Formats: sequence, structure tokens, C-alpha cells
Amino acid sequence: MREVYFYATCLVDLFFPDAGMAGIELLQSAGVRVIFPRGQTCCGQPAFNCGYWEQARAVALSQLALFPRDLPVVLPSGSCAGMMKVHYPELFLGQPQEAEAKALAGRVFELTQFLVDQLDLKLEDLGEPVRVTLHASCHAQRDQGVLDQPKALLRQLANVDLVPLARERECCGFGGIFAVREPGLSEAMARDKTEDARASGAALVLSTDGGCLMNIGGTLEKQGFGPTTMHIAQFLRERTRVR
Amino acid sequence: MSERDAILAGLRAARPLMQALAPVPDFTVVEEKRWDPRERLERLRRGMTAVKTEFLEAGPEDWPQVVVDFVLRERLPNLLFGPHTTEGRALAAAWPAQGPRLEPYDRPVETFKRELFEGMAAGFTTTLGGIAETGGLLLAPGPMEPRLLSLVPPVHLALLRAERIFDTLFQAFQELGWNREPPANALVISGPSKTADIEQTLAYGVHGPKRLVVILV
Amino acid sequence: MSAEMEIDFLASSTRALADPQLRRNFRRAMDGLMAKRAAMFPDPAEWTRLRALGAAIRAKNLLKLPELLERLEKNLTKNGITVHWASTTAQASQKVLELLEARGAKAVVKGKSMVSEEMGLNHFLEAHGIESLESDLGEYIIQLDGEMPSHIIMPAIHKNKDQIARTFSQKIKDAKYTEEVDELTAMARAVLRQKFLDADAGLSGVNFAVADTGTLCLVENEGNGRMSTHVPPLHIALMGLEKVVERMEEVAPLYSLLTRSATGQAISTYFNLISGPRGGGEQDGPREVHLVILDNGRSRIYQDEELRATLACIRCGACMNHCPVYTRIGGHAYEAVYPGPIGSILTPQVAGVGLRHELPHASSLCGACAEVCPVAIPITHLLIRLRREASHRLSGSTVLGAGEARSKLEDLVWSVWGWVLGHPAAYRFSSWCATRFWRLLPANAPVLKAWTLSRNKPRAAGRSLQERARGRGLPHV
Repeated sequence: MREVYFYATCLVDLFFPDAGMAGIELLQSAGVRVIFPRGQTCCGQPAFNCGYWEQARAVALSQLALFPRDLPVVLPSGSCAGMMKVHYPELFLGQPQEAEAKALAGRVFELTQFLVDQLDLKLEDLGEPVRVTLHASCHAQRDQGVLDQPKALLRQLANVDLVPLARERECCGFGGIFAVREPGLSEAMARDKTEDARASGAALVLSTDGGCLMNIGGTLEKQGFGPTTMHIAQFLRERTRVR
Repeated sequence: MSERDAILAGLRAARPLMQALAPVPDFTVVEEKRWDPRERLERLRRGMTAVKTEFLEAGPEDWPQVVVDFVLRERLPNLLFGPHTTEGRALAAAWPAQGPRLEPYDRPVETFKRELFEGMAAGFTTTLGGIAETGGLLLAPGPMEPRLLSLVPPVHLALLRAERIFDTLFQAFQELGWNREPPANALVISGPSKTADIEQTLAYGVHGPKRLVVILV
Repeated sequence: MSAEMEIDFLASSTRALADPQLRRNFRRAMDGLMAKRAAMFPDPAEWTRLRALGAAIRAKNLLKLPELLERLEKNLTKNGITVHWASTTAQASQKVLELLEARGAKAVVKGKSMVSEEMGLNHFLEAHGIESLESDLGEYIIQLDGEMPSHIIMPAIHKNKDQIARTFSQKIKDAKYTEEVDELTAMARAVLRQKFLDADAGLSGVNFAVADTGTLCLVENEGNGRMSTHVPPLHIALMGLEKVVERMEEVAPLYSLLTRSATGQAISTYFNLISGPRGGGEQDGPREVHLVILDNGRSRIYQDEELRATLACIRCGACMNHCPVYTRIGGHAYEAVYPGPIGSILTPQVAGVGLRHELPHASSLCGACAEVCPVAIPITHLLIRLRREASHRLSGSTVLGAGEARSKLEDLVWSVWGWVLGHPAAYRFSSWCATRFWRLLPANAPVLKAWTLSRNKPRAAGRSLQERARGRGLPHV
């Protein structure tokens, strides 16, 4: 039986636990034994991005220790997966844990990436027709190379009409701390993204990343009209779960 | 300590550079671009026509007449050229006694600068070859064909021999010996001068020639 | 740019964001440039290999920089080109002035040179009674309006046709008002043609300088570069010290990467390779050619092996074309000679990372810039590095102004954050509080306030995923 570690990520843990649980259930539905280590906190990215590497390292160190067995680590976030895969080796360069960080980096996966590339998951759509569009985060696309995988999963769903999102590679303006440090810039980017979302004709905007969801969803809600938003894991689970 | 010495010393003060890790550039992506002669010509024409270069076809013997016919057809009052090249002499031999003036550029520019800028309608040069990958002509202005000949007159007529089209700029540099000893002025020209500085709208004929006409032999 | 000028990025970026014409112009222009570039690199495999070649060439040459500069000087001198060195922009301007005054030069024509913008050369020369006229159409337009370039390749990209028409009709003698692009271009051509004819000297930048052959390479489309470098009797070229390449064969791939990345052209109209002044037997060309090599902080950047990558830049502008921040605020808002992503890593290192710490932070780290950089500068990585340098004094750091933007408040925030998240029990307690009491947190609380200006307050779940996972009995080993 395949086994994986599932890492919640702080945003999913606090704001999108349904999506996290959905991700776990999707993995389980493919016959995977999902291990949820205790002691999860945060991948450390916020401090890392702001240049506070000592603090980021301290947090990352505590998280490194959560995955002792040589198993894949699956995260419902392209951004956090990117942190562990691309930036942990940078963070631990020249440190005693350098080898451990590199080893971990080699087995980190964003959820949809794992479902498609490793599990070749097959889905059967049990839901009503709906039009959706996808915003894959910058980190998912650029650090993890993830764009085709979430689309591939959505295309398996017969009643789901996946429409393109204009300027799909353009940042939504979240950027973590950026959203509150440069609110004017962030807001301008988010507003343009919501306009593109409305223009797509989709009823629902899906994303691989909680930060983008909070940003796009929060902006759409404040505007008061337009599509709703959902984490792709939650969407896939709801569409395919036998009730 | 001079500025030069201070700057170089500053650069050398950088922590020991790991020379062993210097990356080795792999040129195969450029070297492997090769086409047969017909494709080379096609590519060159396509690349240059796309930027408004004009082409006139000619044979190895009759190209001077093609030039003359062009000048007459366009009602150009004169044509500036370098008289001491083989091609220059061939052009002079074919030039009609009456009508437009064939003006030799064989004296220092200071002696006729104003006339050059205000009175010359067209300039004729030879070329050293062309570039297939992107389109482009290779020139080496010098004593025989001065630099401003292909720049100042609003029409530039350039003679290109099809068998001298190189696959890429990279290859041209190699074959022409410019990797070792480039001329005082070496030049690649791909079309008439242009700009997109006003609302990204293309406009031709800015400071360089408004027309580039390639006499293709 | 004077150091005394007040820099308020927040104010300038807010102003830019609120300017609908600016937003429209830049959106349209950047979309166009991105599409053109994409059309030039249709084959991902070719892009990957060509970019690897470009990156390797630049990296290899940077490793040998002092040696290459010496070789360049030797070969330029052999070719009859005089080389001058300037540590600061003031020295460079002074050197140019000396060269001009020695020949009684009163009027100069300029080809495009970003180094000359670093020097503030036009203003400097005007103050010394020498007319310095921009001949590149975009630079000419902004010079008439007394503005700085807003993009390193297309300096007047922020202007509309009607603005340019107005400027021309007001500032050019006997000019009528027209918005026809061809007519406007013809007006500029006529004015500048006279200037080329009469100029005492021509100034230019340098795209690449080849050490092995002593050659200065200039890329252009308009012909003003060739005019400026071949018509006047004196040609002065200005170059940052990082622009030297070792071998002529390295120029072709870099040139291809440059034109395709910058404007989506396979080749520029002209590629002008200068290896000497008017030679024996030549009828035209400048009698004298000089090169001024400028440092202005580059040798300091060079000290750091990681930050040295900043110097690999070939000034294509692709990074800013793809930057979602630059697209929305344009170049002027950066209040720097070099805007966009390259400006955000270069400017703090030259002006001081404490002084300009807002620049590396004005980024969501989306990585669009690094993705298109033709010489693979790891821009997002360097942005993070500079954020670090701004707020910390790292041992052995050679970065100018390191640690000067240190904030005790931010130190505290991250220390608390680090403590809570480094102790799982503390995190679980905090998350319990967050999930139970989130509703009580007012939308205008600090930090949250910035979020809720344009978004609804995010909703914390009733129970965290960790609690639910535990409740579900998920295995933990």
C-alpha cells in the first residue's frame, strides 16, 4: 500500500480545512495511506520571503523533523510545496541539515501534481453541469511547474466546462506579506484578476493555493458580484464523492 | 592611484573566484542551424521583406542595368557610389550618358557634407553577404565604400550575391574572419530604418534610409 | 539623479495606480511586448538552450571581468580608440566635458545610453553651455518634455499620440499639430538631420564590448546611432564596466537573445560594430573615438558572488515587460534610472539598500521576470537576498547600506512568529484562539486593515484541519 505524508499548510489548516480534508480523502480514494504528522505549523515562507532567515530556519527545522520516513510529502498548496522543494535547500545551504533538506526537497509534491503524475488518478463526475476557470498560483506554475495537472483533473469531469482565464500566468497580487505591505499594488492586481475571472464566464474560480483563494475570493466578495471561489481539492472531492 | 587602477583593484579584491566552476558555453544551439542554399535565400527574403525591404532580381551580368532601370523608374536625380570597386566600375560602365548623375564618393566627407545630406537621393553599396536565419545584409564600410554611403541617402541599393548567404550571424562572423579581426566598421542591415516609439506604431524612414532595395544576384 | 531628491515610492506608486491613462498605456504596451517576445521563442527547447548559452557566456565573462577589461582596453587602444575610466558618475561626466571642451564642442547628438542617464549627462552638459540633443525618437520626445525615460528600451512608452503631437507642435519651430505617426516621425527626422550635420560630437552607449578584438557593438533600429557615431568628428561611447564579453563569437547568441527578448525582433535594423575611428583611406567616420568605462557601484556589486548575477544583465527590458507591478505603475514611479525588476535589484545596490529598501519589497515574488530573463538572472532570489540585507547586518556583507532599514517592530513580529510556529503546542493554542475568536477581530485591526481595504475579512474555520485530522483518527506515523 502506498503511503504519503500530508502537510496541511497554515492557510489550509486555519481557513480551508474542508479543502485539506478533501485532499486527504482524494488520496485515500486512490488507496493511499495518508499520514498526518503531529506538530505541523508552517513551512516558514513568510519570514523567508521577508529576509528573516534565522526565524524561517528555526521554523523550517521543526518541520523538517516531521517526515522521517522516505515517503512523498504532499501539500495542498503550490506555494508551500515550492518553499519546501526549491527554498529549503537554499535556507539550509551550509547548515548541518543541508543534506536532509535536499533529500526532503526531492520528495515534495503539490497535491494535483501528485494525483496526476504519481497516482494517475481517475475521476468520475457525479455533479451537475458547471462552468469553472482555474487560477494556478505563481509558485505552482513557476516553482513546481504545475499547470497541466489541475487542468487534466478537471478535464476528466464530464459535466465540468473548464474555460480559459485571460492572462492566466499573471500574479493575482497575493504574494503573502506583499498584500498588506503594498496594499495599493496588491489591490490593483487582484482587481484585474477578478475582472478577468468575471470575463471568463465561469461561475466558479478554482485554485491550487489558499493564499490566492483568499485574495481573489475576498476581493470578489467585497465587490459583491461575480464567480465564487473554491480550492480545487474541495471541488474535485465534491464532484466525485458518492453520497 | 588612477581610477583605472582603483577600479581593477576593487574588482580583483573580490573573494577568490571559483574558476573551476566557470560554466562552459555550449554553442550547438546556434551551430546546428543550417539550411540548404534555396532555403537560405527563402528565409532571408522572408525575414527582410517582413521589415519592408524590397528585392530586385538580377543576373550576374545584367545587374548594373537593373540598377539603372530602378533609378530611372523612380526618377532619382542621382546615385552615390564607391567608384573603385569592381562592381562600382561595372555600374559606371553601364551608366547612361544623359539623365541621372552617378556621383562618386571618393573624397573626404567634409568636402561635400551638405550636398551629401541634402542632395543625394540614393546610395549604392556592395555587401559581403547575407544572413539566412533572420534576414540581414553584411557590410564592411571602408575606403572603397564609405560608412555614410549606406546611411545618409534616403534610398539604399545593396548588391547581394545569393551564394554568399550564411546560415546565421554566428557563422558569418566565423567565415568572414570577424571573430579574429573585424574591420574598423562592420555592419549588419536588415531593412529600412524604423521606430515604434509613438504608441508602438511602426513608422519607417526615421534617421537612416527610408528604403532598402536589395539587388539580388 | 540627485541624492537629495525626496523619494516616496508609496506616493509615486499610488499616484500611478490612480492614473487611468498610464494604466491603459502600460497595459496595452506590455501586453504587446509580451506577445511579441513569445512569438520569437515558440520552441521551449530552443529557448532553454539559447538561454543557457547566454547565461553561461555572461557568467563566464563576469568571472574574468578584470582581466577582460584590461584586454579590452589594450585592444581598443591598438585600434585607435582611447579608453577612460571613471569610478563615479561625476568623474565620468567631467571626463566627457573635458573631451568636449578640448575640441571646442558646443553641440552634441546623443544615441540612446542608459549609462548617460545614470550620469545625468544632459543636464550636466547644458549647465556647462553645451547642447546635448537626444536623437533616438523616444528619448527626443521625453527630452522635449523634460522627463526621464519610463522604460529602458522604449523611453516614451507612457505617452499617447496626442501628447506627443502637442509637444511637437509647441516645442518644434514651425511645427503644425498632427497626430499622424508618419508625419510626427518626419518632423523629428528633419530636425535631427540638421543636428547630425552640425554636431561637434556624438555620444552613444555600448551594448557589448568585445575584449579579444577591441570592438564596440551597438544595436539600433532608427539609424540615429550610426549617425551619431559616424557623422560628427568626435565619438564618445559610454559603458558600464559589466558589458564586456570575451570573444566575438559570443556576441551573436547574446544579440539574438537581446533583440528577441526586448522588442520581439529576430534582428534589429542595424547592428553596428565599431573597431576604430576613421582609418587610413577612409572618407568618413569620426576622427576620434573614446570609450568611458563607468563603475558607479558595479565593482562593489561584484564583490558578492550571489549578487554579482545582477551584472549579467544585457538590458533587454523583458523583466519589466512581464512584471505585474511595473505594468501597473510604469517606470517613473520607481524614482530610479532603471525601473522594474532589474531596477529593483540594481538600484538598492548602487544607492544603498537601506535608502531604497522599498524597491525589493515592491514585488509579490511571482517570478515572471526570472522566467523570461535571457541570461537567467535569479531575480526573485536576489530580491529576497536584498530584503534580507536591508534589515540585517550579515557578517561579511559588502552590500551598500546593509542593515540600515532594520525595524525593531519587524524584528519583534518575526521573532514572535518564529517562536509560535517553532513550538507546535504554541501554534495549536494560537490556532485554537484564531478559529474560536476570529469573528471578534475587527476588520480595521492593524495589518488586517490593509487587507480589508479591498477584500472581505477571510473566514477562519470553526475547527482547524489538525483538529479534524485528529478527530478522524488519521495515523500520524
